[in-house]
Amino acid sequence: MKQAKAAAKSATDTKSNPKQNLEVDTTQATVGNRFCENPKMSMRDVNVFYGDKQAIYDVSVDIAKNEVIAMIGPSGCGKSTFLRSLNRMNDTVDGCKVEGEVLLDGHNIYQQNLDVVELRARVGMVFQKPNPFPKSIFENIAYGPKIHGLADSRVDLDEIVEGSLKKAGLWEEVKERLHQPGTGLSGGQQQRLCIARAIAVSPEVILMDEPCSALDPIATARIEELIEELSQNFTIAIVTHSMQQAARVSHRTAYFHLGKLIEVNPTEQVFTMPEHQLTEAYITGRFG
Amino acid sequence: MESSNLFLLMLALGACAFYIGRGRSLAIASPLGGVRHLHSLPNYYGLNALLWCALPSMGLLILWLVLDEPVINSIVMGALPAELVPSTKADFNLLLNKISNLADGIMSADGQPAFMVAAAESMAGLRVISQWVLTAICLILATIGLYWGWRRVAAEYRARQSVERVMENLLLACACLAIFTTVGIVFSVLFESIQFFRSVPFFDFVFGSDWSPQTAIREDQVGSSGSFGAVPLFVGTLLISAVAMFVAVPIGLMSAIYLAEYSSKSVRTYAKPALEVLAGVPTVVYGFFAALTVAPFLRDLGADFGLTISSESALAAGLVMGVMIIPFISSLADDVITAVPQAMRDGSLAMGATHSETVRKVVIPAALPGIVAGIMLAISRAIGETMIVVMAAGLAAKLTANPLESVTTVTVQIVTLLTGDQEFDSPKTLAAFALGLMLFTVTLLLNIFALHIVKKYREQYE
Ligand SMILES: Nc1ncnc2c1ncn2[C@@H]1O[C@H](COP(=O)(O)OP(=O)(O)O)[C@@H](O)[C@H]1O
Ligand SMILES: [Mg+2]
Repeated sequence: MKQAKAAAKSATDTKSNPKQNLEVDTTQATVGNRFCENPKMSMRDVNVFYGDKQAIYDVSVDIAKNEVIAMIGPSGCGKSTFLRSLNRMNDTVDGCKVEGEVLLDGHNIYQQNLDVVELRARVGMVFQKPNPFPKSIFENIAYGPKIHGLADSRVDLDEIVEGSLKKAGLWEEVKERLHQPGTGLSGGQQQRLCIARAIAVSPEVILMDEPCSALDPIATARIEELIEELSQNFTIAIVTHSMQQAARVSHRTAYFHLGKLIEVNPTEQVFTMPEHQLTEAYITGRFG
Repeated sequence: MESSNLFLLMLALGACAFYIGRGRSLAIASPLGGVRHLHSLPNYYGLNALLWCALPSMGLLILWLVLDEPVINSIVMGALPAELVPSTKADFNLLLNKISNLADGIMSADGQPAFMVAAAESMAGLRVISQWVLTAICLILATIGLYWGWRRVAAEYRARQSVERVMENLLLACACLAIFTTVGIVFSVLFESIQFFRSVPFFDFVFGSDWSPQTAIREDQVGSSGSFGAVPLFVGTLLISAVAMFVAVPIGLMSAIYLAEYSSKSVRTYAKPALEVLAGVPTVVYGFFAALTVAPFLRDLGADFGLTISSESALAAGLVMGVMIIPFISSLADDVITAVPQAMRDGSLAMGATHSETVRKVVIPAALPGIVAGIMLAISRAIGETMIVVMAAGLAAKLTANPLESVTTVTVQIVTLLTGDQEFDSPKTLAAFALGLMLFTVTLLLNIFALHIVKKYREQYE
C-alpha cells in the first residue's frame, strides 16, 4: 500500500515538474496527472473502433508499477473497451480495431509479430461475472500453469495451486474440496477463484472489469481487501461503477466520459477536489 | 348428421359462445365504468364460454365415436340365434365383417343367408339412430355449456383463472395421450412376443446363434422347423452401427466445432443448412447410393488390394449410414457448442490459451453432456435404420465381426418376416414382434445409459 501511494505521489510530482512532461502533448483534453516515471504500462493516443463506431478517443495515460488505478464513468463510456484493449482481448471481438500505442514495459503490445498468448499471460484479466470453468477448483487454477508449462511436476502444480488460492484468500475455504466443481462455490468465492486463476500464471498486471458488480456487499468487501493485498505484487487496473469502491481500493482514479479520458488524478483528489467539471458532476451524482 | 359436420357445427357454436361471452362481459363492464372493473379481460370470459360450450360436447363426440361401433356390433351379434354364431374367433370376425359390409352396402345382399341380411338391416338402423342421438346430445350439451358460460359472466367471476385451469388440464391430457400411445404399442408388441415365446424358448431366441426363420406351411414339408437365434442379427446391427458411428462421430463433431468456433458468419449461414439437408435426404436414396455406388466401388477397391469384399457388405451400408447420421451429430453438437457462454471462452483466452486450447479444454468439456446426448440419439437412429441395410448389406444372417462380409440386421429381418404371405400367428411372423421388443429394449437401455452419462457430467460440470 505504502509503495503504491509512493507511485501515486510520483505521478503528482510530474505535474509540479514540467521538465518531465515535455514530450507530452498538452493539447489533449485530459486534465490531471496522466504520466509517471517508469510506468508499467503506458497508453498513447489510443483510439478504439467497433466497425465505424468509435468507442475510445485519443486516450493517453500511464499506469505505474504496483499501482491500483480505478476507471470510473457512466455506463457505455468505454471503460470496458479501454480495459480490454490493454491485453488485446478486443482481438476476439469482430470488427474491433485499436489504434495508437499500448506499451508494456516499453514494448508496444500491438506490434505486428507480438505473441498474444504470452501477452495475456503477463496481463491477466478478471471479468464482471465470475466465470470459473466447468471443472474442479484445482483444475480451474491449474489450467493456466498447464497450458504455459509452468509446472514441471505434479508437486510443482500442487504448490502453484495452493499458493494462488492462498494469495486469493480462498485456500482455507476450499482446501478440503479442491476436486469439487468450481461452479459449486458462492458468487464471491467464484470471483476469488477467478482471481486465483489469473494469479496462477504470475501475471504482472491484472485487469479487473467491475469484479464486484455481481456480488453481495460482504463478498465485495473481501475482494476489496484482496485487491489491496494484491497491489503489493501486481499492477492493477480496475473498472468499477461504484465510486466508494474506487475511493477505497485505488491510488489513482481515471474518469471516462463518452469515450474520452477526462481526468486522471490521485483518488483522494478526484473525490474531494475534482479538476474537471464533468468529473465533479459525475461524483456528485448529477449523472451516471 | 355426419360426425364431421357435427364437429364443424360445434366449432361454430364454440365461436358463437366466445362472442356471446365476450359481449356480455363488455355489456356488464360498460355501466361499471370500463373493462378494468371486471375481474378478467373480456377475452377470458369469451374463452371461458367457448370452453364450456365445446369441451364437454367434443369429449362426448370423441367417446361416442370410439364406442358406438363395438356397442352396435355386440347388440347385433347378440341378437343372432345362438346356433348361428360361429364358435372360433376368426369365423366370428368374418361373419361380423360380412354383416357390416352388407350394412354399408359394399356387399350385395343377393344370395346371402336371410339371417345375415336381417342382421345387416338392424345394424344399419342402429347406426342411423346412434348418429341422431349423438347429434342431439351433442347439440344439447353444447347449448347448455354455452348458456352456462354466458350465465357465469359476472364482474367478479374469475374467468382468467378458470381458463388457466382448463388449459393446464388440456395440456396434461395431451401429454397423457402421448404416453398412453407408447405404452399401448409396447404392450401390444409384448403380448405378441409372449405368444412367440410359447413356441420358441426365450433363451434360444436371445442367445441362439443360428437364424433361419423358415416354418413349414404344410405339415410334411422339409426343414419345417426354423431356428430363431437372434444373436447374428444383433451382431450385424452392432457391426453396421459401429461402422456408421466410426464415420459420423469424428466428422460430425469436427464439422460442428468448425462451424461453431472457426467459421465466419457468412460461411456458417450457408454451411449449416447445407449440412442439415443431408438429414432430409430420404433413406431410400442413401440406400441405392450405397448399393449401386459405394458397394461396387468398395468391392473393386478391395480387389485391387487383394481383399475380397462381398458386393453387399456391412462396410458399404455402415459408411453410407454414417454419412446419413453426420447432420444429427453436427447439428446437435453445434447447438450445444454455441450455447457454451462466451464468458468461458473469454476466461480461457484471457489466461493466454490459444483458440484451439480453449476449444479442447474448456468448450468441448462444457458441451460434453449435450454432445454425448447427440451421439446417443445418433446411435439409436443407426440401430433403427432399415432401408440402407436392406439395400446394401444383404440378408444373410451371418455371425461375423468382419465388416467386409454381408450381414443383416434386426430391422431388416423384421421387414422380411412381415412381408409376403404368412399366417399371422405363425412363429415366423411373431418373431418380428419379439425382435421389435428386443430392439426396443436395447434402444431404451441406450437412452437410459445416455441420460445417466449426461447427468453424471452435469454434476461434474455445472
Ligand atoms: N462488441 C461491441 N460491438 C459494438 N459496439 C460495442 C461493443 N462493445 C461495446 N460497444 C460500444 O462501445 C461503447 C463502450 O462500451 P463499454 O466499453 O462496454 O462501456 P462501459 O464498460 O464503460 O459501460 C458503448 O457505446 C457500446 O455500445
Ligand atoms: Mg463495462
